[in-house]
Amino acid sequence: MSNDETFEKFRECAVEVLQVPADKVTKEARFAEDLDADSLDLVELVMALEEAFDVSVEETELDGVETIGQAYDLITAKL
Amino acid sequence: MTAAEEDAADGRIVMITGGSRGIGLACARWFLARGDRVAVTSRSGAVEGDPGPTDRFLSLVCDVTDPAQVEAAFTSVEQAWGPVEVLVANAGITRDTLVLRMSEEAWSEVIDTNLTGVFRVSKRAVAKMIRQRRGRVVMVSSVSAFIGSAGQANYAAAKAGLVGLARSLAAEVASRSITVNVVVPGLVETDMLAELGEERTTAFATQIPMGRIARPEEIAAVIGFLTSEDAGYITGAVLPVDGGLAMGL
Repeated sequence: MSNDETFEKFRECAVEVLQVPADKVTKEARFAEDLDADSLDLVELVMALEEAFDVSVEETELDGVETIGQAYDLITAKL
Repeated sequence: MTAAEEDAADGRIVMITGGSRGIGLACARWFLARGDRVAVTSRSGAVEGDPGPTDRFLSLVCDVTDPAQVEAAFTSVEQAWGPVEVLVANAGITRDTLVLRMSEEAWSEVIDTNLTGVFRVSKRAVAKMIRQRRGRVVMVSSVSAFIGSAGQANYAAAKAGLVGLARSLAAEVASRSITVNVVVPGLVETDMLAELGEERTTAFATQIPMGRIARPEEIAAVIGFLTSEDAGYITGAVLPVDGGLAMGL
């Protein structure tokens, strides 16, 4: 899977879980400020990503994850 | 049809742990009478009597102390009908003895079933409810959590723990229109009460302002109400159904 395809798959998860338009899901987008996502949304997204990418994310790894790009890097580092 | 209309036609998807007898079975009958689809779980999988139409009723084997069995039970319901919309966490056991005679094992077993078991099933249910932006969780506590009960330190502690669990979970998922509440039965005509023994039952019963023991249906009706649309603004509540036994808890 190319980087573009991987991000597209990531974006699909974010669009579905966070219920935001696809064009708002950029690597710079901040969960709270730009995507109106609360802590539960973030947990939900992580659970969806774990399922979609068949990876496992520990709670501690989520500390400091505030943007789509940070979450994307966290997931892709496990692929 | 919209999703809501389809639900109304087929009934909601309800899971009741410890649903083979007593309060759990009374709940199953209450929901079935309303037209819901009901899955009950128990360690044996055997249900007392005939609960109702088989296309709307499932009886599953599930020991709530085993995460794998909890997962399997939810998966079975999801494959049959879809995600659980209403969870009644009712499964509970007793291992009564005075604290001085209570083994670590008797303590742990009751906590693992009556408190951690509720955590396991609630966590699993809420994960799907969050996606749906709706859901109802009702946990079945006991007056012993509030007034204490000699010989039941493990049981009372677990049942008291449900309040903290329910209120914290309620706070976490309220924004998704999911409610989490606790019903607190007093003395109820069940097999568990029979285990308490006649002497202690009578001693308790004399303290009940209503002067009688509850029928399981009287608890089920309140649990049912808390799952209704009308109860949509009630969450984190602790609702006694005890004939006044623990008034003011």
